[in-house]
Amino acid sequence: MKTAGVDVGAKFAKVVILKDGQVIARAKMLVGFDVLKSASEVFETALKDAGLSRNDIQRVVATGMGRNTVLQKPPINADEAVSEVVADAAGAYQVVPTVKTVIDVGAEEGRGIKVEGGKVKDFVINERCAAGAGTFVEAMARALEVKVEDMGPLSIKSANTIPMNAQCCVFAESEVVSLIHSKISKEDIAKAIHDAIAGRISSMVLRVGVEKDVVLIGGCALNPGFRPPLEKELHTSIIVPDFPEYVSALGAAVIAANPMR
Amino acid sequence: MTTIAEVKEYPTEPLKCWEQAKNLRKNYYEDYLNAHEKGGLRWAGGAWTFSAIPAGLGEDVYCITGEPYGATVAFFKDFASKCHDATEAAGFPRTLCAYMRNYWGSILLDKYILTDGTVVEGYPPPDFIWQDHICCSHGKWYQLVKWLEKKRGKEVPMYCVDVSVGYPSEFSPEEEYKVNYIVEQLHDGIEWLEKATGRKYNDALLCDAVWNEMKSTSLWAEICALNQAIPAPLDEKTMYSLYVMGTLMKHRPECVAFYETLRDEVKERVKRGIAAVSTERFRVITDTQPPWGFLKIFREMEKYGAVSVGSLYTFGLIGMWQYQPDGTWTPKLLPPKKPQTRDEALQAIVRWTMHKPEWAHFYEPELKTKMMQSIVKQWKVNAVLLHYNRGCEGLSLHIAENRHGLIQAGVQVFPFEGNMGDERDFDLAGTMARLTAFFESMGLKKLKE
Repeated sequence: MKTAGVDVGAKFAKVVILKDGQVIARAKMLVGFDVLKSASEVFETALKDAGLSRNDIQRVVATGMGRNTVLQKPPINADEAVSEVVADAAGAYQVVPTVKTVIDVGAEEGRGIKVEGGKVKDFVINERCAAGAGTFVEAMARALEVKVEDMGPLSIKSANTIPMNAQCCVFAESEVVSLIHSKISKEDIAKAIHDAIAGRISSMVLRVGVEKDVVLIGGCALNPGFRPPLEKELHTSIIVPDFPEYVSALGAAVIAANPMR
Repeated sequence: MTTIAEVKEYPTEPLKCWEQAKNLRKNYYEDYLNAHEKGGLRWAGGAWTFSAIPAGLGEDVYCITGEPYGATVAFFKDFASKCHDATEAAGFPRTLCAYMRNYWGSILLDKYILTDGTVVEGYPPPDFIWQDHICCSHGKWYQLVKWLEKKRGKEVPMYCVDVSVGYPSEFSPEEEYKVNYIVEQLHDGIEWLEKATGRKYNDALLCDAVWNEMKSTSLWAEICALNQAIPAPLDEKTMYSLYVMGTLMKHRPECVAFYETLRDEVKERVKRGIAAVSTERFRVITDTQPPWGFLKIFREMEKYGAVSVGSLYTFGLIGMWQYQPDGTWTPKLLPPKKPQTRDEALQAIVRWTMHKPEWAHFYEPELKTKMMQSIVKQWKVNAVLLHYNRGCEGLSLHIAENRHGLIQAGVQVFPFEGNMGDERDFDLAGTMARLTAFFESMGLKKLKE
């Protein structure tokens, strides 16, 4: 059976195609103003990589904040839409069957999910503030005048702890500017930023409780500067699977393969 | 998507007494507005106040209770927005009680809103204020009303009753000195009412009002108890329009008569298996006041076959209950006889009111959690939706501890942030997205768009 999961996120659209439970294609691209167009393009790319057409896919499940955009709309014609929480749990369970806690940090949202056998037991989502999401790193990278992909490597060069407020993305930027004026090194500031995000995410995740195995997914999991402070805050080791940004799309594809779940 | 054909459907029909409820509420606000034209008196106070006491001044004494008026304002979002602007322009922060800000805003704008959204020019000032201090916002609310009215040229006398005696429970037993502390204040209050209004107080009217209040609050509990049935004969969105009579006029004979009619109709619905939501398959309860401007969330829930069968708030703000040794709740029985004297009436209403379940909010979080657990069990509830209500510090007190306690007891909980009276604090899209995720995590799929 061939199924696909389409995760239309705030920043990237991701597609995973499964054949009998094995990943045969992955693709991602930035979501533009025309969400359906972006999602369709990345879907076509994944199909091409797999050497398939839409008709070869038995079921497609969409997730992510733009999931309803592709629901029963050509060319994707998703058969079903599920929330990110449910897709995250299914995807994380697929890659780490012992998972009990999923932390998903994407561009604009952070989630903590308690999982039992791939099913959601409880969850929490950050409310109304980007200070615990990937957008925060991007904004701070701009303030530091470094590339966003350099933020993580920069931060792990620092061993210093500089407290940052980071209760608000906008005010945190002012704080970064103050630190720059105080001649604090970019490495130390980058670490302070990652510590702040980790603090914010951990306080959110602790609301549902943390139980091993803890799996970190989403685009922010690709950032090497994020996991260490998060492990420190949560007092536990964290597993980052391969292709962490695709786990939600993978979960959608898994759900597509099990419609009677 | 699961089709509706795959889900068992119950018969449903509208409530027959719906129009009666609408008219009662409409008349209430109009009576207050037009009281002086009939030679009557107007008074203001909270929905928690001992409203039976001013009834001894005569049958032409009309009140406006602050929280329901604040909620009415909140329902009409354009008017509410103007009220917020007015209070903030006057220097009050938006972190204060949202009902209180809506109420003050209406005075500051000098406009009064009726239940159909009609805005009347000229806010009708009360002739006196009769309030109790159930929470810190209620403690200050009418001090400010008095001040605002004075600025408009009207001196409004005010009397407040302190009720900070705890909630009778395993944590704080009912003791005579606590009862007497409140009763003595009410005795003094009656003397004050006579002086403030120049009217002679009628103890027979007081006894009638106290007896009415006991009857209407016991009747409301009886109605809520009927919602244990599957399918639930009432959904909470509808209950909001029904319990409100108890927040407006629990001491009046019209309230008793309406609740008797409603009780009989709901009993009949249970007997005939009439559902509030035809596709009921998942039962929830909520907590605290809802975001009044966004009651559509209840209709969204119905698309998943989920029905809110009530809450500690809708059951316990007006309903009076007895707790059985096995932890179950039954409607509180009336005392064997109606009070005959002033002191008997005051003793009776104080002892009765001290057991109002919603009082527990202010004292012991463990007690509130236990109450919610009892409701979950007895009303066959699948999950609890907790409103982290930024608009009411009183009823949101300890709510995170309640969440923790419920989860520890194995109850599924969905918390969401919002505000009962200020739409700026409520994220409809975000809340709906989270609610969808919650229902999906419970294995529910949308039945219809």
